[in-house]
Amino acid sequence: MTGTVIPEILIAICLLMGALFMLVGSFGLLKLDSPMKRMHAPTKASTLGVGALLLASMLHSFAFDDGSLHEILIMAFLFVTAPISANFIAKVAIHRGRDMPTPEPPKDQTWSTLDVPAETGSPDAPEAPVRG
Amino acid sequence: MKRAARSVFPHPFLTVLLIVSWCLLNNSFTLGTVVFGIILGFLIPQGTAAYWPGAPRGIKAGKFISYLLLVLWDILVANVQVAWIVLTRSNAGMRTHWVTVPLEIRTPEAITILAGTITLTPGTVTADMSDEGHCLLVHALDAASPEEVRDEIKNRYERRLKEIFE
Repeated sequence: MTGTVIPEILIAICLLMGALFMLVGSFGLLKLDSPMKRMHAPTKASTLGVGALLLASMLHSFAFDDGSLHEILIMAFLFVTAPISANFIAKVAIHRGRDMPTPEPPKDQTWSTLDVPAETGSPDAPEAPVRG
Repeated sequence: MKRAARSVFPHPFLTVLLIVSWCLLNNSFTLGTVVFGIILGFLIPQGTAAYWPGAPRGIKAGKFISYLLLVLWDILVANVQVAWIVLTRSNAGMRTHWVTVPLEIRTPEAITILAGTITLTPGTVTADMSDEGHCLLVHALDAASPEEVRDEIKNRYERRLKEIFE
């Protein structure tokens, strides 16, 4: 009886923490007012929120079952894919231009998202040079 | 000898990663899964080597692991800070900034990891890169000044990645 109390408390703490950060993440999504600011809320939910929930799942499996490490893989895939989707959303936000105007890059010509050839849309526009 | 090993396993790190993820997917660590993992770790890098030329060599694995731990810790701390900002500050009271980060690292893999790190640590998101790859555009949710964010990224992450990759 007493052997299962400590893991249960730990699992409950992890679940609560995960749920709390998911809640703050979705609250931020509602509250923040510009597209770029809103991007910050989901990155928070997907890192610590999901991380704590997966930790709870791992603790549960090790305490009451054979133990499972699948969850590390979920975390790894999430960490690899989240920045890429965030990057794409940011590119759309820059193109729409409803956010703060972007500053000039200190070294190069322009940001790669804004680097469009002059004749966009025309069918015989030259293709972008392939970087070797 | 070293060259022969390179032609059999063109990306040794990818091979190790594939074996580990295969064992994790199966949720078991037996001889059978490890052997099949090694087969996958041989076939997949062979098949994709042509699309990934010039992968960086001589990565310092020990420093890379300590970098990963540092990033995990930073994610934890920054999460709490950003949650506090979201809950307590008004929209108008947030000092939102665009930050430009000039890059010293030139390895594409290192720049990718730096951009990913910036996005995963809450409070900053990598938005774009300059057309010739010499600086990053970062959006900061709440910062006293863009210079402060830039210096922190450069001193905390970029310096370590430079040591790992170059």
